[in-house]
Amino acid sequence: MTRISITVDGVRYDDDVQPRTLLVHHLRERLGKVGTVVGCDTSNCGSCTVLMGGESVKSCTVLAVQADGLEITTVEGLAGSDGELHPVQQAFHDRHALQCGFCTPGMIMSAVDLLAENPDPTDAEIREGLEGNLCRCTGYQNIVRAVRDAAATMRAGASEPAPAAPEEAPAPAPAPVEVGS
Amino acid sequence: MIPAAFDYAKPSTVDEAVRALAEGGEDAKVLAGGQSLIPVLRLRLAAPTVLVDVGGVGELRGVRDDGDALVIGATTRHADLLRDPLVARHAPLLAQAAAQVGDRQVRHLGTLGGSLSHADPAGDLPGAAVALDASFEIAGPGGRRTVSAADFFVDFLTTALAPDEILVSVRVPKRPGWTTHYEKFNRVAQAWAIVGVAAAVRRENGSIAEARVALTNMGSTPLRAGAVEQSLAGSAATVDAVASAAGHAAEGADPPSDAFASADYRRHLATVLTRRAVLAAGGIA
Ligand SMILES: Cc1cc2nc3c(=O)[nH]c(=O)nc-3n(C[C@H](O)[C@H](O)[C@H](O)COP(=O)(O)OP(=O)(O)OC[C@H]3O[C@@H](n4cnc5c(N)ncnc54)[C@H](O)[C@@H]3O)c2cc1C
Ligand code: FES
Ligand code: FES
Repeated sequence: MTRISITVDGVRYDDDVQPRTLLVHHLRERLGKVGTVVGCDTSNCGSCTVLMGGESVKSCTVLAVQADGLEITTVEGLAGSDGELHPVQQAFHDRHALQCGFCTPGMIMSAVDLLAENPDPTDAEIREGLEGNLCRCTGYQNIVRAVRDAAATMRAGASEPAPAAPEEAPAPAPAPVEVGS
Repeated sequence: MIPAAFDYAKPSTVDEAVRALAEGGEDAKVLAGGQSLIPVLRLRLAAPTVLVDVGGVGELRGVRDDGDALVIGATTRHADLLRDPLVARHAPLLAQAAAQVGDRQVRHLGTLGGSLSHADPAGDLPGAAVALDASFEIAGPGGRRTVSAADFFVDFLTTALAPDEILVSVRVPKRPGWTTHYEKFNRVAQAWAIVGVAAAVRRENGSIAEARVALTNMGSTPLRAGAVEQSLAGSAATVDAVASAAGHAAEGADPPSDAFASADYRRHLATVLTRRAVLAAGGIA
């Protein structure tokens, strides 16, 4: 057994794991984070995608021990504490970017990762950015539309002046808002 | 699918890693990004007794300017190569090849050293390393040694690395005046190369002074297309001259036939992709 400490969706967990434990199994079976699913188990479909240290990875192709000391974000950690959906989640809902929904957690996490690097991707860049995620219902058109919409929402949010801190007047220049983390 | 049980070591220096490998014996294995190894473990095609995770070894990560060459640590990830300003300036071919690896998720974990050590004939980085005449620094129980890219790739999934050795870094000579291109042909997004071509060209006045061309997936190791290089050296920098030289691309190659392509189709692809790669590398239109 190896002791690991990982922070998942803002909560720290210390656990003893077998080194062979895959991160996705640790998330689902030990921590109950079943929002992250296993599709192919062969590293191809991307449905198990989570952010590790802020970057997308296929959690079926990471050992839990490799995540030691790192921060993990799953699809369960995207919504605000008041339940307000992340712009990418909202856009998937609005654009009907899912049919059976199995690929959705991974698609959303990959889209969040892509938009953190490229806030204004072209359709071609969205398709390429999501190349590690397969949708067996083949709903790619709406997925691309949803990511495009989410990007626009997030850019608009980023350029709104940040609400002034109560004790500070006048308001400071808007800080660039970090998207997608 | 769950890998068979193994012990896990996480050294923080190269010496500790080499010692852990030696202590683990014949069935110990290095773990870098795990993007080739973990799928293999999950299918239980390999069952090492110990995994030595080199992800925590600082010396192995990062890109350094060493005068006439770049030295790139083995655990530098594909995603790092894409963003690195030194790589962009002195070895853009590596970034271009790394950009072709898998998908974003794979590139966030997979490493240069892992790709080279794994030595999959369809891998994108080995051909680029051969075209750039890279050399590899290797650490083992007996100390360190350097192996040229030409000697590193021995056979299908087989390199000059002994089981108790670690790839430390890759030294890529700077080549002022050379321009490069990597051309990959695959079936679908995210897929491995059916054939790939890495080309480096040095132009002088109106002609091609020198060229280096390496082929991906045209044999069990990356291959230099020697006949193409000879034909290009001193030739006019024209579309016709390049097309004629590229016609020699498959000479001496013994490409595989598999579910994706027959050997004949691969030979054809090699000539087409070589023409495209050299034209793009040389900026010839
Ligand atoms: C879905 C998917 C698609 C992919 N598509 C492509 C593609 O299109 N093109 C491509 O080139 N690759 C592709 N890959 C493979 C990818 O490039 C891997 O990152 C790479 O092959 C291995 O790098 P790694 O760091 O993950 O190594 P690991 O998987 O950790 O290790 C691979 C092998 O190298 C050995 N090793 C690793 N580092 C060292 C070292 N420093 N010293 C000694 N031995 C070492 C390990 O023991 C193991 O045998 C793909 C992988 C996946 C999962
Ligand atoms: S379950 Fe991880 S990539 Fe398909
Ligand atoms: S919605 Fe069914 S797999 Fe994508």
